[in-house]
Amino acid sequence: MLFTVERATRASRIGAVAATASVVVLASLPWWGDSSWMRAIVEFACLLALAQMWNLLAGYGGVVSIGQQAFLGLGGYALFVLADHAHINPFVCVPLAGLIVAAAAFPTAWAVFRLRGGYFAVGTWAVAEVYRLLIANASFLGGGSGKSLAAVREFSKAVRESTTYWLALAVAVASVLLVYLLLRSRHGLALTSIRDSERAAASQGIDIGATKLWVYIASAAGCGLAGALYFLNTVRISPDAAFNVGWTANIIFIVVIGGIGTIEGPIIGTLLFFLLRGALADYGATYLIVLGAVAVAVMVKFPRGLWGFVQERFDLRFFPVQRRIRVEAAEATASPGAANLRP
Amino acid sequence: MTGWADTVIQGVLLGGLYALFAMGLSLIFGVMRLVNIAHGDLIVLAAYLALVVVDATGLGALPALAVCVPLMFLFGYALQRGLLNFTIGGDILPPLLVTFGLSIIIQNGLLELFSADPRALRLGGLETQSFRLGADIVVGRFPLLVLGVAIALTVGIELFFAKTALGRAFRATSDDPEAVRLMGVNDRHVYALAMGIALAIVSVAAVFYGVRTTFGPSDGPDRLLFAFESVIIGGLGSFWGTLAGGIVLGIAQAVGFRLDPGWGVLTGHLAFLAVLLFKPSGLFPRTR
Amino acid sequence: MLSTHHLTAFYGDFQALFGIDLEISAGEVVAIIGANGAGKSTLLKAVTGLVPARRDAVRFEGQPIGGRGAHEILGLGIAMVPEGRRLFPSLSVEENLMLGSYRGRPGAWNLQRVYQLFPMLREKRLAPSTSLSGGQQQMASIARALMSNPKLLICDEMSLGLAPIVIKDIYDALPTIVAQGITLVIVEQDVGLAMRVSNRLYCLQEGRVSLSGKSQELTREQVSQAYFGI
Repeated sequence: MLFTVERATRASRIGAVAATASVVVLASLPWWGDSSWMRAIVEFACLLALAQMWNLLAGYGGVVSIGQQAFLGLGGYALFVLADHAHINPFVCVPLAGLIVAAAAFPTAWAVFRLRGGYFAVGTWAVAEVYRLLIANASFLGGGSGKSLAAVREFSKAVRESTTYWLALAVAVASVLLVYLLLRSRHGLALTSIRDSERAAASQGIDIGATKLWVYIASAAGCGLAGALYFLNTVRISPDAAFNVGWTANIIFIVVIGGIGTIEGPIIGTLLFFLLRGALADYGATYLIVLGAVAVAVMVKFPRGLWGFVQERFDLRFFPVQRRIRVEAAEATASPGAANLRP
Repeated sequence: MTGWADTVIQGVLLGGLYALFAMGLSLIFGVMRLVNIAHGDLIVLAAYLALVVVDATGLGALPALAVCVPLMFLFGYALQRGLLNFTIGGDILPPLLVTFGLSIIIQNGLLELFSADPRALRLGGLETQSFRLGADIVVGRFPLLVLGVAIALTVGIELFFAKTALGRAFRATSDDPEAVRLMGVNDRHVYALAMGIALAIVSVAAVFYGVRTTFGPSDGPDRLLFAFESVIIGGLGSFWGTLAGGIVLGIAQAVGFRLDPGWGVLTGHLAFLAVLLFKPSGLFPRTR
Repeated sequence: MLSTHHLTAFYGDFQALFGIDLEISAGEVVAIIGANGAGKSTLLKAVTGLVPARRDAVRFEGQPIGGRGAHEILGLGIAMVPEGRRLFPSLSVEENLMLGSYRGRPGAWNLQRVYQLFPMLREKRLAPSTSLSGGQQQMASIARALMSNPKLLICDEMSLGLAPIVIKDIYDALPTIVAQGITLVIVEQDVGLAMRVSNRLYCLQEGRVSLSGKSQELTREQVSQAYFGI
């Protein structure tokens, strides 16, 4: 009997082709689409990246933070400081901001990892508030009313818009790929084993503390990157916009409804979010009530979200992270990898 | 040194209100390990409820408590039994995400119903009365009442947990929800009672809050943070600790505010961080 | 008094019991034995309401009680001394005992009677329950169950982790309990002990009853076969 370990499925091969094709089409948009589309897609990319990062932390790492807006805001302000005060090319500043935020995440982690579970979550929120208040009190950063990004004025509108757009596409693709590759690696296996059972994972020699820390730092860096990108797009930043807990609310909605603990989930969730927002645009606060109610209902009735449900029902996987064993004569599909995802 | 004593006293009095905010949060976490992210928004909701009761009945803000407390108790019982009980049991994500969703729903629901205009509750005079303590300390009668109620409720809740059959049931349920059912205790009902009591305390806190400052639909998150910081500073597992934590937070904020009006809340956050970094179990933890 | 009728039980997709039929009459001492994983704990959980069961799969005093909540079943008169004692760490010894009478069932058992049966508990009444030794914890757990004035008392694996002399002390208390009119169901790993103290016994093997009969009349060979399924 011959055993082979397989990773790809037919669905995933089709999905890979379709995804590559769509990215190529999207990349050509600046030549045939208009500005408002590009701006919308940049925002989509930011939310998608943020959702992937939050999902990595909560859905795979089992760490629930409601304060990721701290890193988003820091990323935004890092961009403004680097571009306007250090006079670095603003487009280069975006990835740089990600690195700076990763550095800032270390002392943050030192503080918040003293807490556990629900208190950890609220603690991350408290820390986000500290960052917000510190920056709001700093007049050289524009204080409470914020500031505009002067550095982009030296570029033409077309150059600025298309460069921001391509950067956004790159960030979106990178965030999905990063999570996918991470989960396929042995680090990903370690992560899912921790999520499934901490004690069992520890007994296998996995350093729980270090793993969670690195996931937290990675997620923070991603959020910083997305934040820098978002505010490069809007060209204006303020503490209330940057550190608003509404970011977390939207991200949680996206991930929970889309499907926590899956890679496809955040993609679907972001699409749904944009659709719902467009449809309910005229209804003001009611739109948020609906969002909240749907998230609550999904959490109680369908904890695995839309994609989780589809995945279970139809065994469909576009991003195959689990390993299947194919036996020569009879095909037995045992999935000892990341197959069983708990929300 | 003049004025600092007054600042500290004002901080202590403010701490009484924070302790009231924190008590319900502490109770719920103690009994069912649930961190209710909508806690602050429930305080704001209760304040609006008091407003509605006052407008509808013509009662004063304090007498309105006679209506608000039972109503909020029933609401808490129903909320726990109807929704939150389904999120308890092992996984940390569902209760966090559901209460977070609830927070969004309450904030925006209040915004739709009442608009963003700041509102206030009136006591008809008590809120401005004060007396002097020595040369430069002025103690408001109302803040003193709030502190007094906070202390009385802390005593009450400690006695309840230590001496009553239901209090024993609460403690046992938090230890082992399965074994407690073998004792004839209905854990679903116990959780709901705990939430009911927590929201009853919240309604008291809400009225005091609404009298002390104006409030609006988006004020919930800050209340949650103050409550949460009071619990962490004081230390888990003890209501006296929560009271002390609230007072420490109040003092920190008062000191910060005196240094610079923009620094009040931030100083409180920094005090919280300091405790978290250097004494993570809190200032007065109860060891078990 | 207590009977099960084709009782099945599942943990998700996994079936633990495949149709258990047993009968326990008032005043008896019945032992249930079986290897680990045979289904003894699941059987007890189904009877006491911790695991769901079909409505008339379990009958108590003629009434179907299957699927009812554990707290309700305690109210009807079935109490359990759980495996591992499971005293509440946040409560003192006496508080644990008082919790036993939470439901307020009337009867002869109260703090005084229980301290008479286990005098050493009175000395330790205000101590935290975690400070007791294994044997003392077992006595406290029995006392706590008695405080609910049950008609039927189930004792799950009381000898686990205890020294023989301590086991003897505990089992010496049982005749007093039976004399008072309580029906006993004892689940034991120690087969010899189970056979000595009981009138009848059932042996479980892989979720089924493999042997039942009067304890005095069963032979060692019969029991070994039923226990191990050889």
